[in-house]
Amino acid sequence: MPMAHSHVRPKITLDMKMAWRNVWRNPRRTWLTVSAICFACVVLIFMLSFQFGSYETMINSSIKINTGHLQVLARGYFDEKSIRKVVENPDPVKELIAGMDLVEAVTVRANAFSLVSSQKRTYGAMVVGVDPVLEPRVSRLKELIRSGEFLPDTPESGGPDAEPDPALVGALLARNLKVRVGDELTVLGQGRDGSVAAAILTVCGIYESGMDEFDRNTLHIPIKTFQSVYSMGPAVHEIIVNVNSLTDVPAVKKNIINRVNHLPAGEGLVVMDWDELVPGLTQSIRIDLVMGMIFWLLLVIVVAFSILNTFLMAVFERTREFGVMMAIGTTPQRLVKLLLYESGLMTVVGVCMGIVIGCGVTWVFQVYGIDMSGSSEILEQYGMSGRIYPRLSPVTALAGPLLVWIITLAVALYPALKIKGMKPVEAMTHI
Amino acid sequence: MYSYKRNEMPIVEVRGVNKVYQQGDIRIFALKDVDITFDSGSFAAIAGPSGSGKTTLLNIVGGLDLPDTGEVIVDGRNFGEMSQGQLAQLRLNRIGFVFQSYNLIPVLSALENVEYVMLLQGVGKSERRERAMAMLEEVGLGDKYNNRPAELSGGQQQRVAVARSIVSDPAIVLADEPTANLDSKTGEGLLRIMAGMNEKRKVTFIFSTHDTMVMDYAHRLVNLRDGRVADDQIK
Repeated sequence: MPMAHSHVRPKITLDMKMAWRNVWRNPRRTWLTVSAICFACVVLIFMLSFQFGSYETMINSSIKINTGHLQVLARGYFDEKSIRKVVENPDPVKELIAGMDLVEAVTVRANAFSLVSSQKRTYGAMVVGVDPVLEPRVSRLKELIRSGEFLPDTPESGGPDAEPDPALVGALLARNLKVRVGDELTVLGQGRDGSVAAAILTVCGIYESGMDEFDRNTLHIPIKTFQSVYSMGPAVHEIIVNVNSLTDVPAVKKNIINRVNHLPAGEGLVVMDWDELVPGLTQSIRIDLVMGMIFWLLLVIVVAFSILNTFLMAVFERTREFGVMMAIGTTPQRLVKLLLYESGLMTVVGVCMGIVIGCGVTWVFQVYGIDMSGSSEILEQYGMSGRIYPRLSPVTALAGPLLVWIITLAVALYPALKIKGMKPVEAMTHI
Repeated sequence: MYSYKRNEMPIVEVRGVNKVYQQGDIRIFALKDVDITFDSGSFAAIAGPSGSGKTTLLNIVGGLDLPDTGEVIVDGRNFGEMSQGQLAQLRLNRIGFVFQSYNLIPVLSALENVEYVMLLQGVGKSERRERAMAMLEEVGLGDKYNNRPAELSGGQQQRVAVARSIVSDPAIVLADEPTANLDSKTGEGLLRIMAGMNEKRKVTFIFSTHDTMVMDYAHRLVNLRDGRVADDQIK
């Protein structure tokens, strides 16, 4: 009796051949399905790259204008912003960090809230002391000057005949104070030792970052002037560190923590990264990402229903054929496998095409950017210019297609399992 | 009215089989108290008008459908005691089918269609190829092995279907109106092939048919009427 052979050779060949040929029995329908899968992948790759590109721009803008990638601070300074919580001896720490791998630039800053008066008006503002030489390596402040000049490298200060120290003023603050380049300002605050801190400054430049809060509330002066006016001695409030790229931040942070704590000058210092320094930015990115995910899921569900419809049609019009196959001994499991091969092949073609086209389209926009000048006011709040560059990466290129792949295969299970439940006679008499 | 007497071991035993189909509120008796046996090596035809139960009986004998009451034993296996999986295995290894409208797998070539059953049986590729090719030669289609069903005439497709049904060396081949869609000359050619296989391989053939030519070829003719065996003759 010629029952089943004991040595079972791989059966994949003919099954795969059948699946591939079945896929192309109705080329128009197959191309429609493949196109739907491809379209979903292209949209997801582009959207994800666009989102990640805009996040990177937002983060970099914030880092380049404000926080830097990392900051070394006195413990408690970030929460209290007290002028007395200082990095007492910043030079050894700064030198140590500057010599580390992956570190691009290091500078120092000091901050004090003060009253700033022009001849006509008085406003509260954050006076920031910056190093005129090192600051341009860390931030875009110098590039943001719209009128006047950046702080001179070696400001003269202290003598009775000396010119007033220079100051950079945010554009909105300058407008509120009604000052221009060359006008004088008076700063009045409290020094680190509790004394009155007062100085007369000359506006040497006016900057505009597009971030209203920054432009309205800040005024920059040389760090030496700051240390002198606010009785800081050599102390500063922040050591700002920029690294080569965002991905290097965790490694450099760990290195700084490990090494700075061994310095006598490093005692009582903490290291914070941009994520901790600007929690609002991360939160808004997370919210945007969640909204994006909801959109992607809706898109994929719409595509999945269209694919389900095609799969169902393809399966039900072949029900008689499946009945015959079952009659001659094909097991329902084998039919399910065949149908999954078919849907799998369509998905592979659609996803591969989608990845190629999606990456191609995204790459073009990554190079040339997308003009968003219509929304530039909103973008400026995040320090972004009117052009956004999508950021293609393995994650953005593969996450969307992977989601499409999983959902499509899940959708294909339904018609396959419906066939599994059919009896040969029912299937053969199916009209 | 029975004229048939058993003289060999039956390969098919149908005992007291009833089958009722429900269509809305109407119950249709497809088979009523059918008792019939077929001996190994028979070449038998089941005839009768449309709706007499021929196809239902063939489906039940082939394990494609189950009776409401009664017993079906094929090749010593009682269907009532078998699971769907076991029935599928029995169909694969012991029963061949030939359908009225050929029902070849459209995406496979003639050779692959014949091979397919052996693939399900787990036969190795080279042996599969060899046996399928030999079988196509036997039905006169050695030169058409690479053609898809759509590239073959009805008669050629049905010959491929016969080759497919016989290649796995089944004990029994059930042919549901195999000549219905063929002209008489092609139909006769097909019958000759099947009669030759019956003689050479001792495979049991059971046909359901309206075709007088099939009835002429058959060694035994069973007439069904309203789901009952009305007449059973050995020729």
